[in-house]
Amino acid sequence: MKVTRPKLSWWERTYFPAILKGLAITLSHIPKIKKRVTLEYPEVRWALPPQYRGAPILLTGLDGNEKCTSCKLCEFICPPRAIRIVAEETSLEKEKRPKEFDIDMGLCIFCGYCQEVCPVEAIWLKDEYEMADYDRTNLIFNKEQLLARGRKPPYLPGREKPLEEPK
Amino acid sequence: MNRTTVDRERLGLNTELVTVNMGPQHPATHGVLRIVLTLDGEVVVSARPDVGYLHRGIEKICETMTLHQAIPYTDRMDYLAPVVNNLGLAMAVEKLVDFQITEKCRVMRVVCMELGRLSSHLLWLATAGLDIGAGTVYFYAFTGRERIMDLFERMSGARFTVSYGRIGGLARDWEAGIERDILKVMDLTKDAISEVDKLLTRNKIWCDRNQNVGPISAEDAIDLGLSGPNLRAAGVEWDIRKAYPYLGYDRYDFEIPVGEHGDCYDRYLVRMEEMRQSIRIVEQALKEYDPSGPLFPTDPASQKVFLPRKDRVLTKMEELIHQFIVATEGPKTERGKEIYFSIEATKGELGFYLVGSGTNVAHRCHFRSPCFVNLQALPVMVEGQMVADVVATVASLDPVLGEVDR
Ligand code: SF4
Ligand code: SF4
Repeated sequence: MKVTRPKLSWWERTYFPAILKGLAITLSHIPKIKKRVTLEYPEVRWALPPQYRGAPILLTGLDGNEKCTSCKLCEFICPPRAIRIVAEETSLEKEKRPKEFDIDMGLCIFCGYCQEVCPVEAIWLKDEYEMADYDRTNLIFNKEQLLARGRKPPYLPGREKPLEEPK
Repeated sequence: MNRTTVDRERLGLNTELVTVNMGPQHPATHGVLRIVLTLDGEVVVSARPDVGYLHRGIEKICETMTLHQAIPYTDRMDYLAPVVNNLGLAMAVEKLVDFQITEKCRVMRVVCMELGRLSSHLLWLATAGLDIGAGTVYFYAFTGRERIMDLFERMSGARFTVSYGRIGGLARDWEAGIERDILKVMDLTKDAISEVDKLLTRNKIWCDRNQNVGPISAEDAIDLGLSGPNLRAAGVEWDIRKAYPYLGYDRYDFEIPVGEHGDCYDRYLVRMEEMRQSIRIVEQALKEYDPSGPLFPTDPASQKVFLPRKDRVLTKMEELIHQFIVATEGPKTERGKEIYFSIEATKGELGFYLVGSGTNVAHRCHFRSPCFVNLQALPVMVEGQMVADVVATVASLDPVLGEVDR
């Protein structure tokens, strides 16, 4: 199929129709101004879908301990090698737990592979996306920080209640 | 091809050639592209694209990890349509290990591919318009692209670096009812495209800036290895979706738009028509979509390729062991087996050359990136043109530097 070039009439070659048509299209958008497509971030936030892939965090089990059994599958699968785990024995039923569990958020690419492979659903990609910092060393989250982030209710980097959805 | 020649002798001017760097930090080069221009007044005598500022060694990185882990890295090649790269790599690996995907997965992949093409072409339209000074187009095209990004967010959980492809299938199933929303978005995208069409196609300013700018003949285009919309604009009817159909593209009814002059204006017309054809393909594919079907094959022989279902992993011992085996040993490739698999990506022929190593790591990974090859046609297109036309030509070539440099 050949694309065809339009033949411009003499009137169109005067540049006026281009300007007028452009203005007409812009003006026709004014009645639609109520249907805004932009948000006034950070006052207004967009509604994230439940499967949103934000920062990975660690989840706590019902017994108050971390769910992770230190199987190191997430450490293996993580493509940029952002996870570092040191395992230790425990008297709990699961027998093994992470002594240290660091995720370098500066390396993490939020791919969700760790969540996909974890056999006990201990690591989860939450809806947190504001992690900028002036110092890269602050971006390495240790086990306590990750567990604390996991306990926070969703949608709220540092806030108490979910922000309302954009209208 | 020379539009202007400066007759120095006749004018009695004492001019000399000037060498200027365009880029790498130039807003109109779409990333970190540096072009060394030699100018005679305002006429380009020679143009030498200098690439490599964004080189991350993605091919080599992919050889150091399992093929499953390599998928997020392909996101970072052509970052305007990451899903196309993901699925391309997944399909190449499936060819390497002889794997058959299910019908539902095939339909979903076709839809994702075409949504990726739409989002990439819309971004091209926005930025090409902006480079030439048509700022309004930017907002209409981006609004259209935003809706497609929202769809990707709902499908995969990420807007941009989707990592949606998986060897053997897709990362997750679609939520119920998303097909209706896709159709709705397609209708809105049609409106956005026709709005831009009204603004630009018969616009005398746009015509002046694009017609006969950066032309290339069909022979030159083939000699230089151009592919994708840039080749088709030069008048060569070549589309891998038609020539070597994958994902059952031969079942769908769509046309390949072909230009005539090979200039910026034809590249614009070809891409606009391609977007309309993509919408047609999405609409046809969604008619075949059956949400009740399986996303992954169920026969026992193919289970060694993809991770088992999560609910089974959490409850069954065998599946748990299976999860560990698949995640660490993945799909086994045959030692020494070579494959080349190419798809019609948004910018042209995206090829994957893989050599098996006997494990789940590729012995050699090479990606034939269309933008890198397309960019070498730039000197042929701009030499003898005015310096302002370089901007228009680079924009119309649609290079993505993430893919050029890899
Ligand atoms: S989301 Fe991806 S990159 Fe980040 S820690 Fe998990 S596996 Fe690693
Ligand atoms: S995969 Fe899950 S259980 Fe295993 S180490 Fe990672 S977080 Fe812990």
